Amino acid sequence: MSLLAFFTWCEQSFVGEAIRNSQWLFPVIESIHLLALVLIAGAVLVVDMRLFGVGLRRQPVAQLARDAQPWLIGGLMVMLTTGILLFLSEAIKCYYSSAFAWKMTSLLLALIFTFTVRRKVALADEGRVGPLWSRLVAVVSVALWSGVGIGGRWIGFS
Amino acid sequence: MFQRFCEWLANTPWSIALHESLWGYPIVESVHVLTMCLFLGMIVMLDLRLLSLTMRTVPVSQVAGRLLPWARAGFAVMVITGALLFYAIPVRAFHNIFFRIKIVMLILAGVNVWVFHSGVFRRVAEWDLDPILPKRARMAGVVSLVLWASIVVAGRMIAYNWFDCDRPQSSLVNTLAGCDPNTSE
Repeated sequence: MSLLAFFTWCEQSFVGEAIRNSQWLFPVIESIHLLALVLIAGAVLVVDMRLFGVGLRRQPVAQLARDAQPWLIGGLMVMLTTGILLFLSEAIKCYYSSAFAWKMTSLLLALIFTFTVRRKVALADEGRVGPLWSRLVAVVSVALWSGVGIGGRWIGFS
Repeated sequence: MFQRFCEWLANTPWSIALHESLWGYPIVESVHVLTMCLFLGMIVMLDLRLLSLTMRTVPVSQVAGRLLPWARAGFAVMVITGALLFYAIPVRAFHNIFFRIKIVMLILAGVNVWVFHSGVFRRVAEWDLDPILPKRARMAGVVSLVLWASIVVAGRMIAYNWFDCDRPQSSLVNTLAGCDPNTSE
């Protein structure tokens, strides 16, 4: 099955159809998508700011990362669920949208980075990772997640 | 009177330029959304801390002291970009029911901040690390979460025209949105 065929199948799915045919469903799902974004942003930023050396500087990074983790995972679950629903309702538009391609690429990179490199650095014993590396991880993390957010906003403009 | 002001604003060259721009409006809106992540990200983490749902071993005074400066900086950008977005479509925003709801909620959120900081937060040293925080602190957290969530949703809904004055509306909407039913089609 080609990618276009798959996207067409998504667009014609029962769920996609139901969301398209409703005046309220898309805006409501999108609002939940936005609220989950805020939650993820908070959970990501608290740790990234600390990695960068600002914010809650007096706290150990590993502890902040563990405290933020459930909110990050919870936010991501809501985000992915609502995101898939939104996608199903306009899959063909997404197929031709470069903003969507950009967003999915950034998302994939952000997820991989967050749960490999960043996780390892954040949970490492105090002093094992140099401040320069910590800062770099924080910058890359914020850049990748910002890429996801900007891409998402621009799907709506195209 | 504010209606006249909005009409005058809408006819200023910069308002028209921003309204019709290919890139200007989307860029301002993107900055508004990205800064929301900073501003509300900080606020949500503080609210969750007030409910003892995260960072329980970090004193509340430290969470507030270290995160609120970032929230304030974010809020300043939110206000500027928000004002620009309003400036691009003043008349439509003024008669948009979601815009009006958003403004009222923003004022209420401001009152909540004032009540919290002038009240229970003054004695934060007494309950900084309590396993369950004072009721007023928890209340401030819940009210903040509910209000800001409503503000985000209302803000997103401004884009939809369901309740615009140029469509037939119930008298309730006409009153709330300040529509003149005689001029609508």
